[in-house]
Amino acid sequence: MLRFLGSRIAILIPTLLVIVTLSFFLMRLAPGGPFDADAQLEPEILDNLRRAYDLDLPITEQYTLYLGRLLQGDLGPSIGNKDYSVSELIAIGLPVSLELGLTALLLATLLGAPLGIIAGLNQNRALDTTISTLAMTGIAVPSLITAPLLTLIFGVMLKMLPVAGWGDGAWENKILPLIALTLPQLSIITRLTRGSFLDVRRLNFVRAARSRGLPEWRVIVFHALSPTLTPLVSYLAPAVAGVMTGSIVIEQVFGLPGVGRYFVQGALSRDYPLVMGVVIVYAAAVLVMNLLADLIYGLLDPRVRRGMRGGARA
Amino acid sequence: MNQQLLDAVAGDSLTRAAWQRFRANRTAVAGLVMLGFIALFAIAGSWISPHDMETNDWERIQIPPTFEQSHWFGTDANGRDLFVRVSAGARISLAIGMLTTLVSVLIGVLYGAVAGFVGGKLDQFMMRIVDVLYALPLFFAIIVLVTIFGRNIFLVFIAIGAVEWLTIARIVRGQTLSVKQMEFVEAARSLGAPQSRIIARHVIPNVLGPVIVFSTLLIPTVILVESFLSFLGLGVQEPQTSWGSLISQGAGAIDTSPWLLVIPAAFLAATMFAFNFIGDGLRDALDPKDEG
Repeated sequence: MLRFLGSRIAILIPTLLVIVTLSFFLMRLAPGGPFDADAQLEPEILDNLRRAYDLDLPITEQYTLYLGRLLQGDLGPSIGNKDYSVSELIAIGLPVSLELGLTALLLATLLGAPLGIIAGLNQNRALDTTISTLAMTGIAVPSLITAPLLTLIFGVMLKMLPVAGWGDGAWENKILPLIALTLPQLSIITRLTRGSFLDVRRLNFVRAARSRGLPEWRVIVFHALSPTLTPLVSYLAPAVAGVMTGSIVIEQVFGLPGVGRYFVQGALSRDYPLVMGVVIVYAAAVLVMNLLADLIYGLLDPRVRRGMRGGARA
Repeated sequence: MNQQLLDAVAGDSLTRAAWQRFRANRTAVAGLVMLGFIALFAIAGSWISPHDMETNDWERIQIPPTFEQSHWFGTDANGRDLFVRVSAGARISLAIGMLTTLVSVLIGVLYGAVAGFVGGKLDQFMMRIVDVLYALPLFFAIIVLVTIFGRNIFLVFIAIGAVEWLTIARIVRGQTLSVKQMEFVEAARSLGAPQSRIIARHVIPNVLGPVIVFSTLLIPTVILVESFLSFLGLGVQEPQTSWGSLISQGAGAIDTSPWLLVIPAAFLAATMFAFNFIGDGLRDALDPKDEG
């Protein structure tokens, strides 16, 4: 297990380095720069600005400087948001994005897994058709449609909930963003659980349990449940990536002060340090989630665990 | 007599059997028909309407759908006809979806087939590259690329295509590993066929089934990614438009003119449904063992 963890971390660090290096050089190679929008600056002012952000140094020197600071946890100053460092902006935005994202994932799992099992239990009956159709709808209708539609219905027409804004974290302001963020993940998890449950139900040990005369609920809870849910774990990492992507749109629609909004703002104004900072934080999050998913999977499924120990039987 | 026999054999071909199963699937056929209408609308939309997508009708700004002046879907905040703009958006969205998928399929199939067939060190090296790229969060990679090279659709194509081929490469490699063991490959090799010919004529045709299914589901994913980008203002630029930018404009005017949101959103959702139905239908048709 430890060796497996070690080898995975050994891959993780160069991967991060590749991401940092690639995005750093690609950004510097691109024509245009962060000061294009400020109309006609005096050459001296431009020079001073460039010097202040180290953009006057040779690119290799900029790179080593950036890496050195990154190792100390310093992501540099934001060019677009004066007086703020990138780390400060991320520190402001991350709690909002994390709260929304984690709640959405939790809701999606807690609701999706039972729904999938209920659908599987009633395979091809009305209840299954209804759940499957709803799940298909949730996948087909993306959050960039559901988010504004929810605002239209509950905010504008019914006037039940605020149209936008964070309201310092008031619960009314969180409901619509949470629904919009949860729906796609909920649908995917429901579909995955249904498929996995149908597969597991055909397996011999489940049929054996049933043939021993166990009541159906015992068969499900004590025999079929755990292998049904195991494959969900490997969906964990893509789910996190999905929630982060969704959260960019959601934050934009509802005007929430999360990381995604800074990211888009930075991308539009070519705020190099800001975009890089967010990409690094996000990439690290996805990589760590990948690793976690593999570890949990190994803990849950003995067959995988054996593979991790390099074929040696425990 | 011989010809009749041949016809009878042809009648049982795998492709034809799959097509029959597909045709029997009502939702899949409905998806195909729906997609046909959307494609027709994309091609002929600007041709049916008397308006063009860039002309501003200053007399009729943000009017709801009406038959007068043939503004069937109404007009936007600049008095431009929404019917023509949704049709133009359909062209962009569908073209991006299909072209990008084609690019990813070409790269992915070739890459995966070579890695799987040659095997050994080359295979390990090639798949390690895929692993590293796989760890990149797709959407962020695309946003970074778009930030860097400016916003143009061609770039969006390449950026999405460059990321999406990875899964296809993995699928094809896995399939190739099993096809490689089969007797007809052995037979081809014993007849002295070169490796490139075996890959092109014997391996690739036999791994296409799962690839076709995956591509049908990749098209809506790509359309969605493009819509996300355009929605955030990072995709297609004015005067061009796509469903994502139309939805974004609609979302901005939601309290005064909801049709600006609802109409393009309905088209996007219908397209998503259509491709998902077709993809599910194809999967069932090409792999009859699977009931789920």
